[in-house]
Amino acid sequence: MRDEATPRVKTGLAEMLKGGVIMDVVDASQAKIAEDAGAVAVMALERVPSDIRRDGGVARMSDPAMIKGIQAAVSIPVMAKARIGHFVEAQILQALEVDYIDESEVLTPADESNHIDKWAFEVPFVCGATNLGEALRRIAEGAALIRSKGEAGTGDIVEAVRHMRSINGDIRRLAGMDAAELATAAKEHQAPLELIRFVAREGRLPVPLFSAGGIATPADAALMMQLGAQTVFVGSGIFKSDDPEARARAVVEATTHFADPARVAAASEGLGTAMQSLESRKLGGEELFAGRGW
Amino acid sequence: MSGVSADSREPLVGVLALQGDFAAHARMLAALGAAVREVRVPADVTGLDGLVIPGGESTTMTLGIAREGLGDPLRELAGAGVPLLGTCAGLIMLDRDHLGILDVTAHRNAFGRQIRSFEADLELTGITHPGTPLRAVFIRAPWVADHGSAVQILASVDDHIVAVRQANVIAVSFHPEITGDDRVHAAFLDLVRARLNGAAG
Repeated sequence: MRDEATPRVKTGLAEMLKGGVIMDVVDASQAKIAEDAGAVAVMALERVPSDIRRDGGVARMSDPAMIKGIQAAVSIPVMAKARIGHFVEAQILQALEVDYIDESEVLTPADESNHIDKWAFEVPFVCGATNLGEALRRIAEGAALIRSKGEAGTGDIVEAVRHMRSINGDIRRLAGMDAAELATAAKEHQAPLELIRFVAREGRLPVPLFSAGGIATPADAALMMQLGAQTVFVGSGIFKSDDPEARARAVVEATTHFADPARVAAASEGLGTAMQSLESRKLGGEELFAGRGW
Repeated sequence: MSGVSADSREPLVGVLALQGDFAAHARMLAALGAAVREVRVPADVTGLDGLVIPGGESTTMTLGIAREGLGDPLRELAGAGVPLLGTCAGLIMLDRDHLGILDVTAHRNAFGRQIRSFEADLELTGITHPGTPLRAVFIRAPWVADHGSAVQILASVDDHIVAVRQANVIAVSFHPEITGDDRVHAAFLDLVRARLNGAAG
């Protein structure tokens, strides 16, 4: 009678995070600032993406002691990142009882051909995607939440916009196809036909769709919400800015009132300087995170 | 249903839309014949015949209610006898420590972290018929740790109270908005329509 970890229970938490902001934090004090500003969840990681870019080297799952410290500091959900394909890091994060595991391209991939079999876990997974086929492959592997990848750690929104437009544009195109065309679309998207049919019928992914990667301002958050994101992840954008408390509150407010320009304008006033940014089109192939994932 | 006249107007039900799965509630209410308005600022509260406080993050919602100055308008709405429905975080918002509309104390995340989230069959007094439970989805769910004498208990799980009613206010720990079973929303709309018809008649 009582069932845990059903698909509905796994996507259920993502449903509850809609209309909110999930913030990257590296310690308990940042987690507290995020919670007090109205974040719906925090992503615990050792270095925010912009620092991972700067430092180079292999980026791995965070120290469990750091994750536990953050869990003790806040009552909102705590997410944490595992490397693509590193199912043992995911097992550790499940043992720590994090609320969501992010199989993330921001960390250095551990497997060049396979992602984690996410059906094997009770804790739900979020995965990044740059297009519809990638999103559906992750869902077929058991992901309960998709986020557009963007290009993390740049403060440049262009890639997040590209990915969100690509996913939603392809969803709209499927709606006009007949059965034969859907079978071809499944081949082209390299995605299971059953999921392609679901998307064509319902006009949406079978799981919630959030946005991540490059969001640095209240206007960026409102832009992604107007483009169809149901919640935004903000990584380096908060704690690499001049005034993290004020910026965190402002991004939360702009996400709630994303369709009201006057409120987004008010939230954008006097926040100081945004994070130091990189133009993503000037990054070389090796420096791009979004290409990780297969 | 008795008491509904043919000329009774479509009830206008607000859904608090600061954060959370308010869209799922709005879809369900619209399918049951209500006009729905998303509520983000005090002006949105004016003229409502009912209000739903959805699931979401209770900390985020608490801060949002304070930022927007929604506390007093929501308490005035409840004080006027307008029916309210709170689900999960919505139950927490209604309790003594938040809006103070329900005479209960909710215990947040009482069932545990996400790995303890679950679904189960549940019968609710006055809402489900005996032998026909609804499937209740509990996500990092609260329970009612303490309540006053005016509060009627509608359901419990493992001896923990997960559904209550006090006059025109219904609050549940779970998420009736995500299963497609509309019986909780229908019961809530019955309260809304009964009040409208009472006022009209």
